[in-house]
Amino acid sequence: MELLLDISLLSMLVATAIGIAVSRDLLAAVMLSSIYGLLSANFFVTMDAVDVAFTEASVGAGISPLLMFATLAIVGRFERYPHQRALPALLLVVLTGAMLILATLDIPAFGDPNAPAQTHVAPRFINESGTEIGIPNMVTSVLASYRGFDTFGEVTVVFAAVVGVLALLGSSLPAAGRKLPDTLLQASNHRILRIVSKILVAPIMLFALYVQFHGDYGPGGGFQAGVIFAAAIIIYTMLFGLEAAMKVINVTVLRVLAAFGVLLYGSVGLVAMLNGKNFLDYDALAADPVHGQHYGIIVIELGVGITVAAVMMLIYFAFAGRLIDRSHKS
Amino acid sequence: MSPLEIISAVLLAIGSFLVLSGAIGLLRFPDVYSRMHAAGITDTLGAVAILLGLMFLAGWTLVLAKLIMILLFLLLTGPTASHTLGKAAWKSGLQPLTDGREPAGDSGKGAE
Repeated sequence: MELLLDISLLSMLVATAIGIAVSRDLLAAVMLSSIYGLLSANFFVTMDAVDVAFTEASVGAGISPLLMFATLAIVGRFERYPHQRALPALLLVVLTGAMLILATLDIPAFGDPNAPAQTHVAPRFINESGTEIGIPNMVTSVLASYRGFDTFGEVTVVFAAVVGVLALLGSSLPAAGRKLPDTLLQASNHRILRIVSKILVAPIMLFALYVQFHGDYGPGGGFQAGVIFAAAIIIYTMLFGLEAAMKVINVTVLRVLAAFGVLLYGSVGLVAMLNGKNFLDYDALAADPVHGQHYGIIVIELGVGITVAAVMMLIYFAFAGRLIDRSHKS
Repeated sequence: MSPLEIISAVLLAIGSFLVLSGAIGLLRFPDVYSRMHAAGITDTLGAVAILLGLMFLAGWTLVLAKLIMILLFLLLTGPTASHTLGKAAWKSGLQPLTDGREPAGDSGKGAE
């Protein structure tokens, strides 16, 4: 049964990937990439990796197509230059793909108990994390505590991304008094969409908070929560306009928050060092090591959530501001 | 099988049938509006039937509450998405495919 599911999901993935490569309509390609994300999320669920599936569903199928749509709104729906079907590029891709397939022959079978991944540190995580960390969701233990250093790196990458986007696009936020272009106003005339989104924005934010603080017990955590929270604000911005969103959200505060999340994460590590343990060793945060782990994980997940949410909103606002700027120049 | 399981099995079968028929309709119908009719209506009802079937299996647990929330979310978002899609198709100038006859009671506008 699972084999059947795997085969059908994987063949749909392949079909979607080919569709993305062939399509000349960039809007369709972005839609397909969103479907690709959803399919991979399903695939991860069949592999029992629900946390990864959650991330893929919220990031791969949710926010990244949204940001790509915002990009398409700026650059246009169709490729300006015709497709170049360069033979050397195709050869290179086929060769790389063949080598990758060849390499998979050496990979141990999925779920093989003797695989290196299963014999190295995984037994310790599985056997000891219950007593060392003391939270039910082992994935969060690994992500936030055992591999806290890596996650710190990931948050820094997310922060660096927004610094890059803002450096490239500048702070082209709409100045006061500037009106939205007609096309955007038309979109905001959808009465049904506006009413339904008004009903849904608050529950989506509540759900984001649930995902944020329930990450210790079930699938979830700062990355997913941040993206979901930002999605709620972005929906509001899409339907009610940038000016309405700016009344609620101050961009300067968002920029400070994006940096604050990373800072919060790093300072947990520094506090651990000041208490005489290693960087990001949460044992040092409280008299009881397990309590220390709990505090540490909650605080760093909060840092991750704040940074991710702020970064996603900032990138969207930068794109939207650019769009308004362009429509004024033309 | 207990009665609850039988009810659940029937609902799941109905839901699966509706989703499948929606998928076939999406492939077979000729234009955007009839395809949306197939996908939107059967998908909403199909998802509702499947969720109801799962609810009967779940019993009085937290899973039931979560399923109800998913149901509410789908009931809000599904029709909204269909509506938006239809409106977008209409605004971009897609005419519904007709058999050439004018619809009864609407003699003012001819079908193109």
